[in-house]
Amino acid sequence: MALAQPAIDQPIDWDVAEKQVGLWSDAWQRFRRNRLALVGAVIVVFLVLVALSAPLLVQLGLIQPPNKQHVEFIESGIGQNGYLLGSDELGRDTLSRLMFGAQVSLSVGILVQFIILPIGLAIGLVAGYFGGRIDNMLMRFTDIWYAFPDLLFVLVVVSVFQQYTSGTVFLELLMIFGAIALVNWVGLARLIRGQVLSIKEKEFIEAARSSGSAPSKLILKHLLPNSLGPIIVTLTFGIPQAIFLEAVLSFIGVGIQPPQSTWGQMVNSGYENINANPSSVVFPALAIGFTLLAFSFIGDGLRDALDPRMRR
Amino acid sequence: MAVIAGRPTRGALLPPWFTAFTGTRGGALAIFVVRRILWMIPVVFFVIVITFVLMHLAPGSPWDKNGGRQLSQTVINNLNVKYGLDKPVVYQFGLYLWNVVHFDFGFSYQYEGKTVTTLIGEGWPYTAILGSLAFLLIVPVGVGLGVIAALRQNTRVDYATMGFATVAASFPNFVIGAMMVVLFSVLLYQWTGGQFYLPSSNFGLDDHLVLPVVTLALLPIAYTARLTRASTLETLRQDYIRTAWAKGLPERLVVFKHILKNSLIPVVTTLGPTFAFLVTGSVIVETVFNIPGIGRAFVTSVESYDYPMILGTTVLFSIVIAVANLIVDIAYVFIDPRVRLT
Repeated sequence: MALAQPAIDQPIDWDVAEKQVGLWSDAWQRFRRNRLALVGAVIVVFLVLVALSAPLLVQLGLIQPPNKQHVEFIESGIGQNGYLLGSDELGRDTLSRLMFGAQVSLSVGILVQFIILPIGLAIGLVAGYFGGRIDNMLMRFTDIWYAFPDLLFVLVVVSVFQQYTSGTVFLELLMIFGAIALVNWVGLARLIRGQVLSIKEKEFIEAARSSGSAPSKLILKHLLPNSLGPIIVTLTFGIPQAIFLEAVLSFIGVGIQPPQSTWGQMVNSGYENINANPSSVVFPALAIGFTLLAFSFIGDGLRDALDPRMRR
Repeated sequence: MAVIAGRPTRGALLPPWFTAFTGTRGGALAIFVVRRILWMIPVVFFVIVITFVLMHLAPGSPWDKNGGRQLSQTVINNLNVKYGLDKPVVYQFGLYLWNVVHFDFGFSYQYEGKTVTTLIGEGWPYTAILGSLAFLLIVPVGVGLGVIAALRQNTRVDYATMGFATVAASFPNFVIGAMMVVLFSVLLYQWTGGQFYLPSSNFGLDDHLVLPVVTLALLPIAYTARLTRASTLETLRQDYIRTAWAKGLPERLVVFKHILKNSLIPVVTTLGPTFAFLVTGSVIVETVFNIPGIGRAFVTSVESYDYPMILGTTVLFSIVIAVANLIVDIAYVFIDPRVRLT
């Protein structure tokens, strides 16, 4: 039975006067050393390339258009009839649909964070900085929001607004962005408030205040930059969460409607024809899984890199 | 803490017997519990308000038939009168609240003559059994994996456990469910001899529950394992654990009596969120495995604009989660004497 021993396996660094490194280059150094995070980053870069190049590859004739049906080739297995990853129940190319589905997943994951950020910033900074009654009111509000189960709320919102979007992919995407942002801003707002509350008591804030900084300057110049690390980490972890919610919605059949392909939808339709051709479930399922995994690796890496307590 | 001038300290206006009561730990606990229970009321109220408002923003009416023959205007008017949809929205809302207080969630629109309470009652056994079996699996498996990984930190066992936990935490429920069906019911059909069923429309409680329960439990297991590992590592560093080893206690005693007891405290707090996972997870798992529980009923009611059913299920789910969180919070006070009651 091995006991947990105090770590003295690292040689003491006698070089006292080191070159000064800033927070960001230091963080980058640490991120680079994290192998899993790098793997995640590579996967994400690859996905972005795949999503962006999909229309080009169709133009060049290298892959089938995602909605081109071949009745004679339905439910092809892997590599059959020239389909690298098989085809679905309408004879559409799984590979091509996966690539176009990546566009939906990535844009939902990333763009939702741009909606969440200003809401979380506004509420978190105001509540944390001004405190008192404003803080109490805003936090009770977020508490109530927090009590609402995410998935149920998104489902209700999407089912309500679905009829306004009338099958336009752009409107459907907007609705999904909005619905997911509506449930996910709470976590960020709470985090920012907590950060502000703890930083507010630090000496350098007192110094800035006593030398006459206006509240707006105090917030933007001191509080915000100092809580940037955790904010970035939370936003990164928000990406897989948003992708997951979108995938669940399309799996259940609300949200983005066919013919636009999404991974959740592909799992759903492949699942119904599971006996004919398992490959049309397996690939989209793996795509969702590995994308989420990649983003959470990056999130873990960023957390380790940006957490000042881990600083050597 | 600086004392802010001109503001009375908290409780200054209260009678002395009251402050004497809240001064004791038991009194403070009672106040804490009462406050938490009262806090549930606005939460549930706002859940009802939000859902109600959303449902009435929906352009469709519950009588729209998808594609098929539409009902005649007279029939629609009669239905509206029957279900109170002709009244002003505020009146409908008041009526609904009044009924909810009396545990009456109204009639379902999609099933003629059935109340929401009946429908929830029909689905309840499936969801409850699925959830409790998953819960029984989560605590021992999650805690066990976490403790083992922590005790064997930085060994292959640790890496394998944490690798499994990371993958299980990242892969969505429905993906795992679908993959397991592919694996056990299709690819390994010969080997498993059809023991693992394919999702069918007539699911019974005596049917195969292994795949749904495992699918539902996997994500919470992963979270519990990660958390247990972290808190066990924290405990392992404490002086009293070193003392326990040093005085030559057998491993079994150290692990169960000294380490586990202390490292489980933070794990208890996550049981509330775990409950929420099980509730929303059951929506997905019941859809994947075609189980006629409340989660599946919720999805179908969302698809068919069955307002009372959507409202009823959402309110029920929020109450269940709020109560679970309440129980966990109270249990926490008893488990960890250091916790502050605020």
